[in-house]
Amino acid sequence: MPYPLTVNGKPRSVDVDDDTPLLWVIRDALGMTGTKFGCGLGLCGACTVHLDGQPVRSCITLVSAAAGKRITTIEAVGATAAGKKIQEAWVALDVPQCGYCQSGQIMSATALLAAKPHPTDADIDAAMSGNICRCGTYARIRDGIKLAASGTKGG
Amino acid sequence: MGAADAAVEAFAPNAFVRIGADGQVVLTMPYVEMGQGTYTSIPMLIAEELEVDLKQVRLEHAPPNEKLYGNPLLGGIQATGNSNAVRASWQPLRQAGAAARTMLVAAAAKRWNVDPASCRAQSGEVRHAPTGRRLKYGQLAADAAKLPVPESVALKRPGEFKLIGTPAKRLDTPAKVNGTAVYGIDARPKGVKMATLAQSPVFGGRVKSVDDSKAKGVKGVRQIVRLDDAVAVVADHMGAAKKGLAALVIEWDDGPHAKLGMNDVVGPLEQATLSPGAVAENVGDVGSALAAAVTKVEATYQVPFLAHATMEPMNCTAHVRSDGCEIWVGTQVMARAQEAAAKTAGVPLDKVVVHNHLLGGGFGRRLEVDGVIRAVQIAKQVDGPVKVVWTREEDIQHDMYRPYWFDRFSAGLDANGAPVAWNHRFAGSSVIARWVPPGFQNGLDGDSTEGAIDLVYGLPNLHVEYVRVEPPGIPTAFWRSVGPSHTVFVVESFMDELAAAAKKDPLAYRRALLDKTPRAKAVLDLAAEKAGWGKPLPKGVGRGVSIQHAFATYMAQVAEVEVASDGAVRVRRVVCAVDCGIAVNPDTIRAQIQSGIIFGITAALHGQITLKDGRVQQSNFHDYQVLRMNEAPVIDVYIVNSTEAPGGMGETGTSLLPAAVTNAIFAATGKRIRKLPVADQAALA
Repeated sequence: MPYPLTVNGKPRSVDVDDDTPLLWVIRDALGMTGTKFGCGLGLCGACTVHLDGQPVRSCITLVSAAAGKRITTIEAVGATAAGKKIQEAWVALDVPQCGYCQSGQIMSATALLAAKPHPTDADIDAAMSGNICRCGTYARIRDGIKLAASGTKGG
Repeated sequence: MGAADAAVEAFAPNAFVRIGADGQVVLTMPYVEMGQGTYTSIPMLIAEELEVDLKQVRLEHAPPNEKLYGNPLLGGIQATGNSNAVRASWQPLRQAGAAARTMLVAAAAKRWNVDPASCRAQSGEVRHAPTGRRLKYGQLAADAAKLPVPESVALKRPGEFKLIGTPAKRLDTPAKVNGTAVYGIDARPKGVKMATLAQSPVFGGRVKSVDDSKAKGVKGVRQIVRLDDAVAVVADHMGAAKKGLAALVIEWDDGPHAKLGMNDVVGPLEQATLSPGAVAENVGDVGSALAAAVTKVEATYQVPFLAHATMEPMNCTAHVRSDGCEIWVGTQVMARAQEAAAKTAGVPLDKVVVHNHLLGGGFGRRLEVDGVIRAVQIAKQVDGPVKVVWTREEDIQHDMYRPYWFDRFSAGLDANGAPVAWNHRFAGSSVIARWVPPGFQNGLDGDSTEGAIDLVYGLPNLHVEYVRVEPPGIPTAFWRSVGPSHTVFVVESFMDELAAAAKKDPLAYRRALLDKTPRAKAVLDLAAEKAGWGKPLPKGVGRGVSIQHAFATYMAQVAEVEVASDGAVRVRRVVCAVDCGIAVNPDTIRAQIQSGIIFGITAALHGQITLKDGRVQQSNFHDYQVLRMNEAPVIDVYIVNSTEAPGGMGETGTSLLPAAVTNAIFAATGKRIRKLPVADQAALA
């Protein structure tokens, strides 16, 4: 049956099985490729999107669970105050290397910053350890979150 | 470059630089971007000599063409690897920029009827200071195109660099933070269908039978494609393809490797180190020196198979038509990808169009074209373009792996503990012998032995042998830091063992052997000073040091490691000093070292691929663990000022790291790690 969805503020409709992971709806059915596939089991965080502002792993979130909620992806997260700050910090510090995981990193970091405007190192560890970066950009991600939070790079 | 582009193209003095009448500078990039920053550092080389701002340069992926874009440091193969993109570009790309600038200046001088020597290029224009006249490059392009290309041009001296050596912002960052960066997996040619696949779980196995009745009933599934050794499900979207794949009932003929286990791999390697191999290096007379030594030290080491686990799983999109083939991929080897597609599709080479993309990690995995071949095999049976995306499980279990190596050492010390004999024999797969066969000569190749020979240390008697042994039933490939990923670990571990046997400080012991390599000594001293070598540490914490000269770069690391009472190992801090010659983009160099160190910790602590019943036992990030944010140490990087030609950077941090960590574990616990990964050692608890 067709699923009505709200993606980045716009109404969309897709005709897929109700056990289809949201990731494939976003990437393949809607053609928005900023959200990435990494593991398919919720282990790496590359596919992170927001449902009503909360970070979820879209590879293990069924489309049926996303219906009726506001879905936000990397393509629109810059329209939120926290997302804009995070993206600007990422540019200022040249955080990405290969960049493939960074959509997910930014979505997780944005949700953290929105919930905790001044996160501690422990908060960052807790919020970000579900997002793998094979290029090892962790130090700059940490600095990026601190820069976005305070306007200074921090420790 | 399309026909429309060609019409406005005014000036293309070589294969790399093109300047349009609109002043747009286009750099055709022979090297690919997989995170290492080439899409910034290579433009810096051109921009420096061309006298344009980095922002004025637009990049295009080079098309497959080994004649124009072959890597001079990789035998002319059009490849990005071995940490040599900047090294390979250092002369030719600066020459390309300088030649273009010289011609633009000549064109301006001609138009003004003045001496070219009185003109100066700056910020994308030519200026004539005596009269204050200026012309932009775009205004000169058409005239410059009519001039002969100079055969040789003088390059700037390091003191004249304006851009090289400054921390340039990465050109690829903006697209990588807003979701617009396009990787191979993001290609969406019109009408594309999605596919995923199951390959024979045992290497060399075959499909015996397929029951696809249930899979065909999955909503969105369009087609089941059966190959000799794989089955693919083609669907409207990846969700349906995966669901369809799970619904298939496939019976496999496992073939000759059905019972393969690790003993079948390690046994022959160990055995091979008991008989002579090919002599990679010989200095003095090790036999006599060993016989006369006061103390003898012996050890064996093992390092495991490793998967690449790039964040972007293997994928390739292919469209096979009767008259040609088109592929969309992110590859480190453009020309090989084209060749593989042509051969598999059965069409002439010039009928294959390759669209290259950003790579979501390479690490050597995308130096292989098995993914291209798979996609084209499947696309031959599909009407229209099909994107073949491997699940993470396929990506891990059908990787081509960093070889397993087995090493045997013996050494002799004199009465003062100094090493008077160094004897090293090791066995493992030669990736070079498969990947570039002429590189394997007389039983040796330059990759397997790099880091095991031409040591930074002055050793009076040294003998190194290599035995090529290919493992049964499992393919091997280059993996970030290649040969040195193994050799530096074992050499730096065994050197640490010698220091311990001599009851000497491991740093001072090394330092005494570095008189012939002042650059090595300098980075060692710098790392030691910054790490506070010798200062007291809490119980259970130790420092370890390692040093290497590989990829034409000198590097030293000091790792600070904590071993908890339950055996849990945590790397707290890594201090790294590097002399990589001229640091083209220091900010990228810092990033690459941070990256390499994290990659190295992952390998040292967790990384291993094992086989049971011919099957790879690991499958995803739960059992092939990679370092996460909460485990990442503080990393301090110190770059030595140098005017030497640039050295490699993408891999050095990785190969040097494991020994620094295991030497630190020894310092903390007295326990020597001789087999990686560390997590496999119950002995620490």
